[in-house]
Amino acid sequence: MPLAATTILICAGGACISAGEESVKQALEKEIEKYALGDVVRVVETGCMGACSLGPLMVIYPEGVFYQKLTPQAAKKIVEEHILKGRIVKEYLYKMPTGEAVPEAVEKLPFFARQVKIATRNVGYIDPLNIEEYIARDGYFALAKVLKQMSPEQVIEEVKKSGLRGRGGAGFPTGLKWELTRKSQGDKKYIVCNADEGDPGAFMDRSVLEGDPHTILEAMAIGGFAIGANQGYIYVRAEYPLAIERLNIAISQAKEYGFLGEKIMGSDFSFHIEIRIGAGAFVCGEETALIASIEGKRGQPRVKPPYPAQSGVWGRPTVINNVETLACIPPIITKGADWFRSIGTEKSPGTKVFALAGKITNTGLVEVPMGITLKELLYEIGGGSSTGKKIKAVQTGGPSGGCIPSEYFDTPVDYESLQKLGAIMGSGGMIVMDEDDCMVDVARFFLEFTVDESCGKCTPCREGTKQMLKILDKITAGEGAEEDLQELENLATVIKDTSLCGLGQTAPNPVLSTLRYYHNEYEAHVKEKRCPSLKCKQLIRYVIDSSKCVGCTACARVCPVNAISGEVRKVHQIDNEVCIRCGSCIEVCRFGAISKVSP
Amino acid sequence: MVDREKVSALVEKAKLESLEEKDILINTLHKIQDYFGNYVPVEAAEIVAEELGVPKSKVYEVLTFYTMFSIKPRGKYVIRVCVNLPCHVTGGREIVQILQESLGVNFGETTKDGLFTLETTSCLGLCGVSPVIMINDQYYGDLTPRKVKELIENLRKGGDER
Amino acid sequence: MSKIKSLEDLMKIKEKALRDLQLRETDKRGKITVAMGTCGIAAGAKDTLKAIVEALNENNINDVSVVQSGCMGLCEVEPTVEVRLEGQEPVVYGHVTPENAKRIVKLHIMSSQVVTDLLVRKGEI
Repeated sequence: MPLAATTILICAGGACISAGEESVKQALEKEIEKYALGDVVRVVETGCMGACSLGPLMVIYPEGVFYQKLTPQAAKKIVEEHILKGRIVKEYLYKMPTGEAVPEAVEKLPFFARQVKIATRNVGYIDPLNIEEYIARDGYFALAKVLKQMSPEQVIEEVKKSGLRGRGGAGFPTGLKWELTRKSQGDKKYIVCNADEGDPGAFMDRSVLEGDPHTILEAMAIGGFAIGANQGYIYVRAEYPLAIERLNIAISQAKEYGFLGEKIMGSDFSFHIEIRIGAGAFVCGEETALIASIEGKRGQPRVKPPYPAQSGVWGRPTVINNVETLACIPPIITKGADWFRSIGTEKSPGTKVFALAGKITNTGLVEVPMGITLKELLYEIGGGSSTGKKIKAVQTGGPSGGCIPSEYFDTPVDYESLQKLGAIMGSGGMIVMDEDDCMVDVARFFLEFTVDESCGKCTPCREGTKQMLKILDKITAGEGAEEDLQELENLATVIKDTSLCGLGQTAPNPVLSTLRYYHNEYEAHVKEKRCPSLKCKQLIRYVIDSSKCVGCTACARVCPVNAISGEVRKVHQIDNEVCIRCGSCIEVCRFGAISKVSP
Repeated sequence: MVDREKVSALVEKAKLESLEEKDILINTLHKIQDYFGNYVPVEAAEIVAEELGVPKSKVYEVLTFYTMFSIKPRGKYVIRVCVNLPCHVTGGREIVQILQESLGVNFGETTKDGLFTLETTSCLGLCGVSPVIMINDQYYGDLTPRKVKELIENLRKGGDER
Repeated sequence: MSKIKSLEDLMKIKEKALRDLQLRETDKRGKITVAMGTCGIAAGAKDTLKAIVEALNENNINDVSVVQSGCMGLCEVEPTVEVRLEGQEPVVYGHVTPENAKRIVKLHIMSSQVVTDLLVRKGEI
C-alpha cells in the first residue's frame, strides 16, 4: 500500500458520476502527476457521500476539507493551491445559507453532523475496492466473533434482542425471520439479499452496495451461519451496473481472504454467494416474485403462505433480507444488541437511511436515528425547500406510500407513526413537493407507475388500477365528475382488500392519502376545472404579460414547437393550441413576462 | 444469421459461472443480449431453449416479461428516461416531451435512422440530481429541455456520449 | 494472500490497514506541517515530507497527522517543518533534511524533546 500524507476522497456515487466525477478525477491525477506528488497524495474513489446536490465533491484528509461542485479546472486549482501551498480554495467550499464558507463541512454542517451512521458507516469513507480498508474499520470481525464464539441460536437471539426490523418497507423483525427459517425443515437453506431497490426516490441500497459491498457479504455469511444456509444469492437490479461490478470484485476478494468458501476461518462453516441480475421488473422486489426471478422465471408473486421461511428458492427455507437491514447486522454483532437499542425508539430501534429528493435543498442520503421528526429531517438536515416556495407535502414509501402534508411535520419518523398518517416508511424515499405540485397529478403519476409495473397475474391489481388511472386521467384533463371521487375510493378499497401481493394491496395508498388530505384540490379539478398548482397541462395556458414583454425574441427562439410569434421589440404571443407547455420560454425570459394561468 | 456456435458458447459460459444449473436462463439471456448489442434475436432464443432443455414458450415468456430484454433490434443509443415522481416533480415531464419531440418517436420506438431507441425506466436511484436519463451505460443528471436538446444534437453529429 | 484463519490474522490486517486509513482521522494529538511552497520544494521539502511519513509509519505512530502548508516565510532555512503537539507550544525547525526529519520524529514526537540544533522558532507568532 502506498504511503501517503494526504488522502483525497472523491465521491464516485452515481449522482457524482453523472455530474462529471470522472473528468474531475482525471484532472486531479494529471496535476498530481505533473507535480510528482504521487508518493504523498493518494486519490481514493469512495461510495456515495450522500450530499448529491453538491456533486462532484471530495474531502481532503487529514484536514477534512470538503470541496463541492467541482470541475476539472477546480481540481487543478485545488492541487496547486491546497495540496502544494496549503491554502484552502474558498470558492469551492460549502457555503452556509448566510454565505459563509465552511471548510470542515463533514463535521460541522447540520447535514452531516446530525447523522448517526450505522448502515452507511463506511460509505464515502473507505475505498470499496479494497477489502483491507473494510477490515480496518472492524470489517469481518463480526463474522469472526460469530464463528469463534457464538452458536447459531446465540446469533439469532442477539439479532432478536436488538429489535432490528426489515428496512425494505414492512418492518418485520429480522431476528424472528431468521428464527423461523432456522426452525423450518429442509435439506438445504438459502439466504437472499434483496437488492432490487426499485421504489422511486429510494437509493440507499445502491449507495451501500457501491460504497461498502463487503458489509453485505459479511452479514449474509453471518445470517447463513445463523439459519443453517451454505448458499446466498444477491438479487441486484440490472439498472445498477456499478453495484454489480463492485460486488463481484468484493466477492472475489472475500474468497481470497477466506471469508467466503469452504471452512471459513478454520471453522466447519462453508458459505458461497452468487449474484443474480434482474432485468427490469419492479414487482421483483416483492419476495415471492424475487424468488421466481432467481429461479429464472417470470417475476410473478404467488399467494402467501407458505412464506419463504418455509418454502422459498427451489421450495427450500429461505431468508430474504434487504440491503440496509443486512448492513446493520455486523455492528449489532460487534457492539451488541443493547448498543443498537440505545439508538432510535422503543418500537423502532436503530437508524434509518432516508433518500431526500424532489424540491429540497440538500438532496441526497442521510442516516438518522428513528424517531426524528419530519421537521428536523426536512428543514434542519435537508435545508428546507430548494425553490423558495413553501414545502407542501412529503411523499414517503414510493408507490405504496402516501403523502404527508406539512401540518403533520412534527410527527416522529417510525414505522407506526407513519402508518397512522396513511403513509408508510417503505424503503425510505422522501420526495418533497412544494406549492407548485398538484396532488392529483402526483396520485395519477403513481397509479401510472403501478399500472405499468403490475405483473398481470391477479385481476384487481391488473384491471382495477387501470380503471383508477382512467378516472384520474379524466380528472386531470378537466373532464371529471363529482361521482368519480366516490368511485375512486370504492375501487381503492376493493384493490387493497383483494390483490395478491404487496404491490397491488398498497397501490391505492397514494390516491387514498391525497384524497384524505387534499380533497379540495380534487374538487377544484372536478368542479371548477381548475388546477390550483398550475401543473395539469390540459387545465392551464401560457400567457405573455404585454406590459413586461420587450420583444427580445428569446422565448420564440427557444420554443421547440414554434408556438410563439411576434416581431422584434414588439409584444409576443403564445398560441396555446400549439404550445406543449414545456416551460422553456419561462426559463429564458429575463423579464418575467411569461406566466401560467388556470381558469 | 445467428452464429449457433457462439450462442452455445455463451450458454456454456453461463452454466460454468453458476453453482446451481437450473436457474441460469436470465443470466444467459443477459449475456446473449450483450453479445448482439441491444437485443436477443428470436433464433438465438430458440437455440438457448434447446441448449438449456426448456420450452421455447418459457424463454419467450421471460424475454417479454422483463423490460430490459428486447426481441427487436434497438438503436445505437438506447435512451432510458426515468418516469418516476422524483424526476417528475423536478421537471421530468418536460424532458419526456422534448425527447419525443426532437426524436419524433414514442416510448418503445426506434428512430428511422436506427440511432435512438426511447424507453422508460423505473427509478435509476439518482434522485439527488433529477431529472435523470440514461444513454446506454451513461447517466445524465440535472437535465433541462435545453440540455437534452444539445445532448441529442451532439449524438446526432456523431459526438461521443460525454 | 493466505486465507485468514484466526482472529490474530484478522487483527494484523486491521492494524496494517488502520495505519493507512488513520491518516484520514482528524482527532489527532498533533500535527506536523511541512512548508511546501515553491522555495520549500526547491530545497527538498518533498523528500522531507516523505521521510516524515515513513518515520511515523515505521514507528507505528498514527495519532499525528502530516499536512502541507505554503511557505512559512523562512526561506533561508528551508526545508522548514512545524511540530504542534497537544498542550505544547508549536516549534518550527529549519534545514530539515530527511535524516533530520527522522530525528525530529524520534526525539520530539516520540519523547517530547525539542531538537535544539534545528530549532528556528518556538511559540506562536
